Amino acid sequence: MERRGSLFLFSLLCFGIAILYLPILVLIGYSFNASPLVNVWGGFSTAWYGALWHNRQLLEAALLSLEVAVSASTGAVVLGTLAAVALVRFARFPGRLLLTGMVNAPLVMPEIITGITQLLLFVSMVQLLSWPHRGFTTIVISHVTFCTAYVTITVQARLASADRSLEEAAMDLGAGPARAFLEITLPIIAPAIVSSWLLCFTLSLDDLVISSFVSGPGASTLPMVIYSKVKLGVSPDINALASLIVCGVGVIILSAGWLMRRAERRRALELQLAEQ
Amino acid sequence: MRTTGSAGRWFIILPPLIFLLLFFLIPFAFAFKISFAETAARVPPFSDVLTWTHAHGLRLAATLANYRYLLTDELYGAAYLFSLRTAFFATLICLALGYPMAYAIARAPRATQSVLLLIIMLPFWTSFLLRVYALEGIIRDNGLLNTVLLNLGLIEHPLRIMRTNLAVYLGIIYSYLPFMVLPLFATLEKLDATLLEAAADLGSTPWRAFLDVTLPLSIPGMIAGSMLVFIPAVGEFVIPSLLGGPNNLMIGRVLWDEFFGNHDWPVAAAVAIAFLLLLVGPIAIYQYYNVRQLEA
Repeated sequence: MERRGSLFLFSLLCFGIAILYLPILVLIGYSFNASPLVNVWGGFSTAWYGALWHNRQLLEAALLSLEVAVSASTGAVVLGTLAAVALVRFARFPGRLLLTGMVNAPLVMPEIITGITQLLLFVSMVQLLSWPHRGFTTIVISHVTFCTAYVTITVQARLASADRSLEEAAMDLGAGPARAFLEITLPIIAPAIVSSWLLCFTLSLDDLVISSFVSGPGASTLPMVIYSKVKLGVSPDINALASLIVCGVGVIILSAGWLMRRAERRRALELQLAEQ
Repeated sequence: MRTTGSAGRWFIILPPLIFLLLFFLIPFAFAFKISFAETAARVPPFSDVLTWTHAHGLRLAATLANYRYLLTDELYGAAYLFSLRTAFFATLICLALGYPMAYAIARAPRATQSVLLLIIMLPFWTSFLLRVYALEGIIRDNGLLNTVLLNLGLIEHPLRIMRTNLAVYLGIIYSYLPFMVLPLFATLEKLDATLLEAAADLGSTPWRAFLDVTLPLSIPGMIAGSMLVFIPAVGEFVIPSLLGGPNNLMIGRVLWDEFFGNHDWPVAAAVAIAFLLLLVGPIAIYQYYNVRQLEA
């Protein structure tokens, strides 16, 4: 399959990529359509973007979602990093198999199952302890649970490939294990921690199913508001909002990736210089 | 860490262990308990399965009615089978589409490779819900696809895709394609090129070498990618809810309606437990033996 085969493969690849991107590009196009009708082009307009600023319900939901996403991804990064250190560095301890299972299971668990079971836990806890109040707290707890899994997997891979001799050298020179970890190991796994924080942030910001189950009356996240609006039919302001979110997240991810690659290169260069 | 005392170790192990136990594993115990309860007109809407009073001690009031209902009511069996079938065919189509994509990326020059991977990964980072919504803009009756086809004169009436099972298939394929491409690429990239050269030296045509060498060696990637598509697709809620017809029977949607529409929490708990046993159980066992086999 030399030349003709390659050409065929390449066009299939382009076709696949077109499938992935076309709907988003069309959506962005619609968001600038002055006409609220989808099949009529009413001229270029940014009116729908302006309308977003006056929609209190959307703004409040966006604020709640951002608060949840920041809290949940920070919590998940702490727990997930601890779990990764435990699984990579401690060969055997009671509960190791259990921890491995609980770290991997949320990745394959259908969201709807996680959502229902967690809601049943929360209502049972309220019966017994009068805590937690359903809303911000319960959404954050649920998001931390599934995000921890992603953090652990990412950090685990990085930690397993990290060179332990530097850490051992630090400890030989008198650093305690905590200090050796903070000064040597943490900078090495930092890229994995940053990228998993970003992944958790976007996953949390996007979650509809689990949030719908565990949230209480009055606490609606952005995806919940978007879902209920979309369910009712086309709304042009959602096109504008969706374009903002997709482009915002895209820019953040691309620039974070670029910054991390630069930092990595500098680090590799420093290591090379130090060895000479 | 070697020099960390066993007391210090527990400061690292316990926080994630306790958190996940409390908020991931124990919820299943509560769901299990509530699946034996009856609906009740109160908050929360189910009866107590276990009650403790000083006079009578611990009392158990369990009913198997919810599970009996699942077995006798045709809706659930049909929904389960329908979900499996939809997820299975959508996975096959993803595989057929994703394999050549992954293969093309694996054969691209290194610099192009990372750009292509980024292009494939980026949609995964952006909102799932919004991408499903975006797909509606293409396939609805007055969407882009119909507008283009009508203007080209290829069709006379708009194609009815929205609110059909076809829309659900398109939604799953569109949303989960990156999950298929990435593990396939990881396997194909690691493939030993010398094996293909050897096959060519021995007189194999490129097509023959692909069938005899590349395809069998990429089976692990095919399995990994298929799992990543199939499992979430079976329990999918957003796609059938936004794109599917009113009678679409995906199990995630049936479960959602049972919960938010009928407020029947015990039946929903029973469905969750049954679903867990029927889907996640076999996969866990498969994974367990797979790992054991790899270690042996």
